[in-house]
Amino acid sequence: MATFDTSDCYVVEGKLALPYTYFAGRVGSTFITTLRDQRKIMGVKCNACGKVFVPPRQTCERCMEDIRNNWVALSDTGEVVNFTVVRYDDKHLPRKAPFVLAMIKLDGADTPMAHIVEGIDPENMTEGLKVKAVFADQTTNTILDIDHFEPVK
Amino acid sequence: MAYRKKNRNVGIVGIGETKFSSHREDVNQPEMIHEAVRQALDDAGLTMNDVDCVVHGNMELFEMVHQPDMWHTLGSGAFGRDSFRLTTGGTTGGTLAGAADNLVASGMYDVVMAIGFEKLQEGHTTGGITNMADPLWARKLQSGALTAQAAVKLITEFGEERARRAAMTYRIIMDKHACKNPNSHRAFGLEWDQMDDLMTTSPPLIGELRLIHMCSQSDGACVVIFASEEKAKQITDKPVWVRDHITVHREETLNLCNNYYPTETTHKFAAEQLYARNNITNPLEYFDVFEMYDPSAWWGLDWIRDFFLLEGDEHIKLVENHEIMMDGKMPINPSGGVIAANPIGATALVRVAEAAKQVRGNAGPHQIPRPVNHALASSFGGTMWTVLMMLEKELNW
Repeated sequence: MATFDTSDCYVVEGKLALPYTYFAGRVGSTFITTLRDQRKIMGVKCNACGKVFVPPRQTCERCMEDIRNNWVALSDTGEVVNFTVVRYDDKHLPRKAPFVLAMIKLDGADTPMAHIVEGIDPENMTEGLKVKAVFADQTTNTILDIDHFEPVK
Repeated sequence: MAYRKKNRNVGIVGIGETKFSSHREDVNQPEMIHEAVRQALDDAGLTMNDVDCVVHGNMELFEMVHQPDMWHTLGSGAFGRDSFRLTTGGTTGGTLAGAADNLVASGMYDVVMAIGFEKLQEGHTTGGITNMADPLWARKLQSGALTAQAAVKLITEFGEERARRAAMTYRIIMDKHACKNPNSHRAFGLEWDQMDDLMTTSPPLIGELRLIHMCSQSDGACVVIFASEEKAKQITDKPVWVRDHITVHREETLNLCNNYYPTETTHKFAAEQLYARNNITNPLEYFDVFEMYDPSAWWGLDWIRDFFLLEGDEHIKLVENHEIMMDGKMPINPSGGVIAANPIGATALVRVAEAAKQVRGNAGPHQIPRPVNHALASSFGGTMWTVLMMLEKELNW
């Protein structure tokens, strides 16, 4: 193994602040406000390829169709298409470990969205699990207005 | 300098520009970019299926977005296509145009779309800019990106009264142009009788650099589509030909080669090289319009001399005599230039786009009132970097 003589080598310590804002745009804003005010999860449909996207987008990137006004209400139930178990704690994480982060394809949608699954032992998680959205008591104007998903009983 | 003639000719066949603005809360990044993409495709009469490759650029870290080219696929049309991301600071837009030209000229692709964008109100430019300075030699010493260097230089050489009046004349001319350009972010309607007032009441930023002299922070996107000669002639009856382009970079902060090379600016060096290899002996006579990356009125005024290889006070006289106005001898920035709108990653591509529109003759209300056969577009970035591009109406050089 190579060794390097690092004696008397100065290391500059620094820290930069990275503040930012993000303009969600009309489409993203409509999704969030509908979720917040009506507890409805909305997608948009591309009339060219028939796909229903959630989270919604202004343009179908494959067909280049403008789909911003093609809103469809989706079911609050869906299916886990993939998942991971988070097994470490960190202050940015939304739950204490271990917890499940899953890709959930809502009934009526063609694309999955990421969210937390609770109410099941992580060791028992399986792809194909049917889940249902549980809405948050308090709004934060974020995707966490869906608090989590839980298995359909 | 190693340089070879182009492998094949390349034409600009499509142009799209958003309206530039201080805030675009109504669209996210890919949505804003999509506006310019759609416009450029419509302008060319193409669909994304006709585009072989997408080059995408903006300022590094300005929106705090990682790999923005991939994220923006939702609006850029790059899905399933070859794509590159380029980021060269303020010159990004010029680099995008140069790269697109090279990619087509090489034979690698027939049709290349260049996308420049910025949403300056979303990010915090300090995060990106601060990283410019070397952590050991410069970061503890640096000031911001604003400088009154050009003001000091011009005042020293031409006296305070003349320099200040010339800079404000330049500024008012740019505003008069901006007022004709529907895409301008800032167009105030300044009048000549406001000159003395502005020189004393506009808030000073640094020394004689005042707020009124300086460019804005803008949101916006620009898209330019480049095609091989064969394709370009099929796509449009008004292709604008990219004759040549040159890039000159020099780092002038403490870490590299300060004071080691002569103090000639990269603008002048680039201009000399570009004109020499294209046999242009009198650029002021040759070009019909110049779209300059002019971040402030002081810089714009000072740089005219470098770009046209002028002597003494010839550049000051051009401004004093309003020869840089739309109907003057050398119209500069009929678009209103960078002081009118500065979405940085798009800004230099806007210079190319606006120059090309002038050549086509369909720039809109800010079209200059005589035929444009030869156009020049510049980019500026960093501590002193230049990209310079020449556009032509005819394939006859």
